[in-house]
Amino acid sequence: MLRDITLGQYYQTESVIHRLDPRIKLGGTLVYIISLFFFNHIWGYLAAALFLAVVIRLSKVPFRFMVRGMKAVLFLFMLTVVFNLFLTPGTPLISFYRLTITREGLRTAFTMAVRLILLVIGSSVMTLTTTPNNLTDGMENMLRPLRVFKVPVHEVAMMMSIALRFIPILLEETDKIMKAQMARGANFESGNLLKRAKALVPLLVPLFVSAFRRANDLAMAMEARCYRGGEGRTRMKPLIFQRRDFIACACIALYLAVSLTAGRLVWLWI
Amino acid sequence: MGIVKTENLVYEYIRRDDEGNVEGITTAVDRVNLDVAPGEFIAILGHNGSGKSTLARHINAILSPTEGTVWVDGMDTSQEEKIWEIRQRAGMVFQNPDNQIIGQVVEEDVGFGPENMGVPTREIWERVEESLRAVGMYQYRKYSPNKLSGGQKQRVSIAGVLAMHPKCIVLDEPTAMLDPTGRRDVIRAVRGLNEVEGVTVILITHYMEETIHCNRVFVMDQGRIAMEGTPKEIFSQVERLKELRLDVPQITLLAYELKKKGVPLSDGILTARELTEELTALRGRQSRLH
Repeated sequence: MLRDITLGQYYQTESVIHRLDPRIKLGGTLVYIISLFFFNHIWGYLAAALFLAVVIRLSKVPFRFMVRGMKAVLFLFMLTVVFNLFLTPGTPLISFYRLTITREGLRTAFTMAVRLILLVIGSSVMTLTTTPNNLTDGMENMLRPLRVFKVPVHEVAMMMSIALRFIPILLEETDKIMKAQMARGANFESGNLLKRAKALVPLLVPLFVSAFRRANDLAMAMEARCYRGGEGRTRMKPLIFQRRDFIACACIALYLAVSLTAGRLVWLWI
Repeated sequence: MGIVKTENLVYEYIRRDDEGNVEGITTAVDRVNLDVAPGEFIAILGHNGSGKSTLARHINAILSPTEGTVWVDGMDTSQEEKIWEIRQRAGMVFQNPDNQIIGQVVEEDVGFGPENMGVPTREIWERVEESLRAVGMYQYRKYSPNKLSGGQKQRVSIAGVLAMHPKCIVLDEPTAMLDPTGRRDVIRAVRGLNEVEGVTVILITHYMEETIHCNRVFVMDQGRIAMEGTPKEIFSQVERLKELRLDVPQITLLAYELKKKGVPLSDGILTARELTEELTALRGRQSRLH
């Protein structure tokens, strides 16, 4: 059923990672991703992979869900690997036809592949363990300084969470309209692209009309419940750093220190 | 003065063409006088377009009167600075359950009102719990609203209003989109609030069965109050109700038809039990006669 659609790809279970403050998770993921681009040695990636493995273990999310995220970027992944493999100048290793694989090419392709895998899996860990709601909350909180520049942070976050709430409802509605149109002989499946695009018009028009009506109703309901923007609002679930969040912070810092040391082999420079 | 009072309330919808010239004026509410005492349960009945929803929206200060005055708990709704206090005192539940739930989790939605009012976090949780318990939805607090039935969603909406600790709740056709089970549950929850918590209830509906337990019923037609009285007084006037395009409850209709055929029943029978009691009493009397 359409109403069972979960947004994002949140995986419901109880774990330390699930309970962490979304700000820590957002910040941690950002730090992790950036760190991946600072290594120039295999040890850095090993450290990063190890760290990720521990986090995945702690999150209790089955590994196949992480791999699912990989599928979406498979094409990009292959493209990067192939281009790096064949188009990097350097000492040739093997060549056939006009293509040459160089030692440097092999190396960059490998590095890029590892980086991409870690990056995608790393960010899926965050989206898998954080509800969209929590994520919006975390973002609103972290972007709060932008209010100085008149960025309507609260409003944007509110819009996002309303959108998240209404997507399943609108999907269900689309389904309903589609069936109603099909019952009267509409055809959404056959014909060329232009024809199919045209067939969408009688679907989209009623959908938009109903979306506007819903928006109007919702605005009224929100006003009736005293909503007047972010000013003077309290939170039912305020974001407060717990002990575990500080521990997580320390862990991330530790990871950064270890991986950067390993990845850049600082001691060789000294 | 009652908790909600209107005096000569008039509201006109003004239709304009593209240039902004007035094309026509529809008077949706026409000189309505209403006085609701604290703790009362009143119902406003009327067919579609009778002006009952427009009237309801005045009580929550969503609309402001063209003429006349509305007072909620002694505050004039046309005073801009009192608007939020009025909306807190007189909560409103709308018709479509999907279009009034904001949160993605039941408990978050119920907390939305108190959050807007600036209630401290700990108290929000207390209010959410007590409101959800009052409408019998506490065990669903962690659910996504999308997984609830229409009647359950509507009870969540009622809890959302209740968490703002209003003195009065206006329900604008809360059952119009529900199945019979959902309707029964919602009405039961509303009655509970009125009887147990002592909240003043203004129920707007076009289902007459829902008004049986009210203290007073107002029937609206063309923006005016056409009838006013206790449910018994209203329902005994079957012909008049039919004129106003309202469906009389089956039991009342049956009693009315029986009476027309010569069965000596009292006026305005509302429930099946009342009817059976009268009929058995009647049969007892008849068998004694024979």
